[in-house]
Parts: sequence; structure tokens; C-alpha cells
Amino acid sequence: MHEMMVAQSLMAIISNEAAKHDAKPVVARISCGMLNSINDEALCFAFEAIAKDTLYEDLKFQIEHKPIRARCETCKVEFEIELSRPECPCGSEKFELLADAPLILEEIDFQTD
Amino acid sequence: MEKVDIGKRILRENEKYAFENIMFLAERKKLCLNMISSPGSGKTTILTRTIDELKGKLRIGVIEGDIQTDLDAERIRATEAPVVQINTEGACHLSAPQISAALKRLPVEDLDLIFIENVGNLVCPSAFELGESGKIVVLSVAEGDDKPAKYPAIFAKSKVLLINKIDLLDGGHVDFDIERAKADARRLNKAIEILPISAKTGEGMGNWYDRLEKWVKNSRL
Repeated sequence: MHEMMVAQSLMAIISNEAAKHDAKPVVARISCGMLNSINDEALCFAFEAIAKDTLYEDLKFQIEHKPIRARCETCKVEFEIELSRPECPCGSEKFELLADAPLILEEIDFQTD
Repeated sequence: MEKVDIGKRILRENEKYAFENIMFLAERKKLCLNMISSPGSGKTTILTRTIDELKGKLRIGVIEGDIQTDLDAERIRATEAPVVQINTEGACHLSAPQISAALKRLPVEDLDLIFIENVGNLVCPSAFELGESGKIVVLSVAEGDDKPAKYPAIFAKSKVLLINKIDLLDGGHVDFDIERAKADARRLNKAIEILPISAKTGEGMGNWYDRLEKWVKNSRL
């Protein structure tokens, strides 16, 4: 449940942006790599708990999980890897994992009158 | 509806402290290793034995992370190594600001190596950089050989895998296929070094000490 600290960090950035734009945030779009181990339900639950009775309690999240990529040493191709079945489409198990995508708050939709 | 581009790293506050910790350690040429595992894999026993057996060779300090109690810090204190206990009060992982504060409470200048014993958890600690020089993942044979496949993130990110409690393999007390665990870990991370040990009997610990001494030597360059 490290989503709690992620939710707290999100709240800090979102409230800052809301003050800057002087508007109510409605949707926040997030992207993250597989190795961030983010569970959508746990993150939304944690945020709801923090945001209760605030301007942010109805905020919805759209979370994009970016696949992790690897480079095959046999066929030299880059491919999206399934961590549950770590092998290249060519069948090789010799590959190098490429950098995982970081956790990013990409976009916020603000309410306009 | 107005769409606003933000593009900010959500954990940037943690990353800022992690970077400060990296600089703090690099300026002093100190090695700092972040030990991560499930609860009960034997992290504290590995540390107490390592500290005792490397006395006179490596000066080791420990940052202990636990949700509650200072039971582990007490065990480290008995070895006379300097130790700082962090209680996370419910949080399932340590974060970089906590390490930054703990480093200031350790006699860092007098140490060669600082271990961070993270909160027992195979998932959450792997998502938070602390500014460490490397992650050590500990897997005990009683947990099962399927853990690298089931919890890939920490095995993909670690420099060393310690397979602990190998004394239980003799006599068939546990069904643990060590070759399967090794192969699964290496599939995710071909650079990972795998050291089978028993912190109880001392088997394999020599390889671990050699690795640590080499690592400390390199961090002084």
C-alpha cells in the first residue's frame, strides 16, 4: 500500500496547481511504469481517504500503465515484455530490461464555468 | 473543461531527498545498501552476523526500518554497531527524507558501510529510491522458489540476491528449487549476483563478505 504516499504526493502537486489556476480539478491523468507497482484501486482509495470533505473529493483518475520494454540479445529487437512470461517473441530468454517509465502526473482537467 | 499539461514526477519530493542522499554519501565515499525482503527472511540475523564477523575489517552502521518497535535495533545494538531506528507508524516502506534524517544521526565519517534494513515487504520498498548505492534482496527458502516470478520488480532492481536459510534445504524441510529461483531472477536481471547463504550456520557467508569488502573498496575510489 505504498499508494498512500503516492496519493499524498499527488495531493501536494494537484492542490498547488489548483491554486495556480484558481479552478476545481475534475480529472487527473497519470502514467506509470510497471515497476512502480501501482494498483489503481489502492491509489484511488488512498486519495479518496485524503481528499474527503475537500475541493478534491470528486476528482477522478485516469491511470495509464506503460509496458516495460526489453532488448533481445538474440534477435536484437526491442519488445514489450510481460513480466509474468519474460521472453522475447522470438523465444529467447536472453534480453536486457530497458528503463521503466516513472510515475508522472501528465494532465489535469479543470472545471470551467 | 480546461485541459492543463502538468508533466511532473509525482515522487519528485522523495527523489529530491534521494539525490541529496546520493550526494551526501558520494562526497564521503561511503557505501550504502538498501536491504529489502519479506518479513522473517532473516535480514537482521544476516546483519548481526555480518557485523560480528567483519569486526576489525569493515565499520558498519545500520538504519533500521520497522512499522513499530525497536526490537531489531536492539539486536543490532548488541553488536555495538551504531544504529538508528525509524518507526514508520504504519507505512510499508522507508522514504528518502527519513534516510536523510537518519544519516545525520549516524557517525557516518567513522563508517565504511551503511545498511538500510527496509520494512519487511517485497513490493512497496522497491518503488522508493532512498539514495542507496544498491539494493540487496533477501529471499529465504521457506518462502518458496516462485517469489522472483511473482514479485518481479524488486528482483529486477537489485544488485545482489541473497538466498537465505539454505540449511533448511538439507533434510528436505522445504520444497525449494534453488535453480528455478536463480533462473527466474536472472531472466529479469542478468546482472544480479546470487549468493546462497545461511546466516544461522554461516554457510556461504564468506562469499557475501568478499562481495562487501570488494564493494566498499570500489566505493572509496
